Amino acid sequence: MEITAPAFKENAKKALADPHLQRALEHVEAGFIHKRAKVVAALPEFEALRDAARDIKNHTLDHLDLYLEAYEKAATDAGGQVHWAETAEDARSIILDICRKAGARTITKGKSMVSEEININDFLAENGVTPVETDLGEYIIQLRGEPPSHIIAPAVHLTKDQVEADFRRVHTHLDAARDLSQSTALLAEARAVLRDKFLAADVGMTGANFLVAETGTSVIVTNEGNGDLTQTLPRVHIVIASIEKIVPTLEDVSTLLRVLARSATGQDMTVYNTFSTGPRRPGDPDGPEEYHVVILDNGRTAMLGNEFHDMLRCIRCGACMNHCPVYHAIGGHAYGTPYVGPMGAVLGPALFGLEKAANLPNASTFCGRCESVCPMRIPLPKLLRHWREKEFERGLSPATQRWGLGLWAFFARHPALYRAATRLGIAALGRLGRKKGRFRSLPLAGGWTKHRDLPAPAGRTFIDQIRDRKR
Amino acid sequence: MTNTPFQKAPHVGLFATCLVDLFRPNVGFAAIKLLEDAGCTVSVPQSQTCCGQPAYNSGDRRDAGKIAKSVIETFEAFDYVVVPSGSCGGTIRKHYPALLHDDPAWAPRAAALSAKTHELISFLTDVLGVAAVSAAFDGTVTYHDSCSGLRELGIAAQPRALLATVDGLRLSEMADADVCCGFGGTFCVKYPDLSNAIVEKKTEAIVAAGAETLLAGDLGCLMNMAGKLQRQGKAIKARHVAEVLAGMGDAPAIGESE
Repeated sequence: MEITAPAFKENAKKALADPHLQRALEHVEAGFIHKRAKVVAALPEFEALRDAARDIKNHTLDHLDLYLEAYEKAATDAGGQVHWAETAEDARSIILDICRKAGARTITKGKSMVSEEININDFLAENGVTPVETDLGEYIIQLRGEPPSHIIAPAVHLTKDQVEADFRRVHTHLDAARDLSQSTALLAEARAVLRDKFLAADVGMTGANFLVAETGTSVIVTNEGNGDLTQTLPRVHIVIASIEKIVPTLEDVSTLLRVLARSATGQDMTVYNTFSTGPRRPGDPDGPEEYHVVILDNGRTAMLGNEFHDMLRCIRCGACMNHCPVYHAIGGHAYGTPYVGPMGAVLGPALFGLEKAANLPNASTFCGRCESVCPMRIPLPKLLRHWREKEFERGLSPATQRWGLGLWAFFARHPALYRAATRLGIAALGRLGRKKGRFRSLPLAGGWTKHRDLPAPAGRTFIDQIRDRKR
Repeated sequence: MTNTPFQKAPHVGLFATCLVDLFRPNVGFAAIKLLEDAGCTVSVPQSQTCCGQPAYNSGDRRDAGKIAKSVIETFEAFDYVVVPSGSCGGTIRKHYPALLHDDPAWAPRAAALSAKTHELISFLTDVLGVAAVSAAFDGTVTYHDSCSGLRELGIAAQPRALLATVDGLRLSEMADADVCCGFGGTFCVKYPDLSNAIVEKKTEAIVAAGAETLLAGDLGCLMNMAGKLQRQGKAIKARHVAEVLAGMGDAPAIGESE
C-alpha cells in the first residue's frame, strides 16, 4: 500500500466527513468492546494469563537468536525450507522466486499483515502472478483495491450495503436479480466464488500467528477455515512471518492462544487453530509438496533492546485499536500505514521512518485505554511518548509548537516571571470574559475555539489570592 | 466526619495545578476546605507553577526534567503533596521517577516525592480514611472518569463514594463514563477536528444521562466538555468534583458569568 501517513490530518478530516465510514465504525465500539469484556469477566485468571503471556514473550525476546536458530533447525528437520529476509525487498524477491520455480500463475492468500507490510500483492501482480485473498474481509477490500483498515477485521470500515454493491459490480456472471440482503447470502456467494480459486491456485501463502521453536511449526488462527484451504490444497505453501512471532514451545502457544482470542474477538478460542509442520509426509492424506517459511526482519532487530523493545511482544489482536477513541473517530485508513491504531502508531515510525509517520504517535490523547486492554501489557502510551521524544530531539516537531512549549517551560521554571506574566494575562482575559463567562473566539486560541467555547478565567489567580490571605 | 489515623495534623503541600491557578481558583479553595476539614494543615507554596506535563508529553524531556526538579524542591519538605487533578498528580507520581531515573542525584528525590503525592479525592478516602463529607447539593449530577486519574491512579470508586454522602445529590451515570473526552492536553489544539469528534460523543453521553451538572476531577477535561456543551447550547453546568464535595457548588459553573 502507499504510505499516506504524512497526510494524516487530511486523511482524518476525510474520514470524519465520510458517513458510510462513520456508520461502520459504530460496529467496532459496539461489537469488539462488549464481547471482550464479557469473556474476560468470565475468566477469573485472565489477568494472570496476561502476565504469563507477557513473560513468555519477554523470555523469547531475551533469547531470540537462540530460538530463531532452534526454529530453523526444527522446521528444516521437518522438511521445510527456511528463508531469511532482512528487508521487505528481500522478502518480495524470495517469494517471487518460489512462485516462479513452482510455475505459479495464481496464489491464494490467507490473511497476513506482514504480507501487507511488504506490499507483496502489487509486486506479484506486476510480475505475472495473480494473488487472491481468501479471508472474506481481505477478499472484499481486494475487490475495492483498498488496504485493510484493521489488523484482524480488514473490511470493518465498510457497511453491508457497500459490500453488496461491490459483489454485484464484480460477480457479473451471477444472476443480477439474486437476493443479497442478508450477510449470510454475501458470505455464501464469496465462498462459492473462492472455491474455484482454492482449487486452481499453484501456491498458497499464509502468515503465522506463531512459529514454534520446539517443533518447527507455524500456527495460524482463523474463523473462516480459509487459511486451511490456502495452505493444504496448493502444491506449495509459503509462510511469511516476522522474527518476533517465535515462541519456544507448544505449551507457550496454548497460553498465548487463550489471551489472543479473548482480546481479539471476544471468543474463548478462535474457530480454527491450525498447526503446520513441514510439507506432506508419506502417508499424509493431504498437504503441500513444498513448505517454505520466509522470516522477515525489516527493522525489528533494531528495536531489540532499545526503547521500543516492548512492542515486539505484540500478538496482533487488535484490542488496542478496538478501544482507541481516535481509531473510533477515523478508522484505520487515515493512519496511512498497514498497521493502525495505537500499535500501528508505534510500529509505523519504526517500519516506515519517523519523518513519514510522525503524526501517528502525536495523534493520541494518552488516555491509556489501549494499555489497559493489551494482553501483552505493552505500555503503548509510553512508547508513543518515546517517538515524540525522538521527534523533538531531531527537531522534526513544528516550530510553533516547539517555540510555544519552550516559552511555557521557561516561565514554569521561573516562578516570579511566571507569576507576573500570568497575573497580567489572566487579569486581561478575566476582564474580557467577565460578562459572558467564556469566549467564542480568541486570538491564538483558534485550535480550541474552532469547536468549543473557552471558559474565561476568574481574573485573579489562585496563588495571588492565597498570597493576599497569607497562607 | 474525620477519623484521621495521624497523631499530628499532616502537613499537606497543595499543588493547585496551572489550570486551577489560572482559570478556576475555586477548585483550589475547595481542596483547602476538604483537606482542613479532614484534619490537615495546608500550605500553598507561592513558587509553584506547572508540573511539566505539556513538555513531557511533547517529547521535551530536558525541559520536563528541569520543571520536575523545581517541583521536587518546592514540595519535598511536606508530609504529603496533594493535587486536585489525576493528570498532574499522575505526572508527579508515575512519570517523575521515570523522567529522572538515570539521574543519580535526583532519582531518589523523585521517588520520594512520588510516594507522598496523591490526587485530592483518593487522598481523602484512601490515605485519610474520609468516608463522608458534610455538604449539600440539590440536583442530579453525572461523573466523568478522567483518563489519567482512572488508569494511572485507579480513581473511580472514591469520588462516587464521597458524592453518595452529599445531601440532596443524585448521581446518574452516563454511558462510557470511562472513555476519553478528547482533551488530551496539547492534543486538542494539535488535532482540533479529531478532538472535536471525540468530545461530541462524550457530550452526547452526558446529555443522555439526564443530569443538570457534569462533574469530573480534572479541570482540563472539564473545560473541554463544558466548552463543547456551551457551544452546543446545552444548559448542563460543569464543575470540579471537589467544589461540590466541599459545599462550594454554588459558585458560577465553568464558563458561566457571575
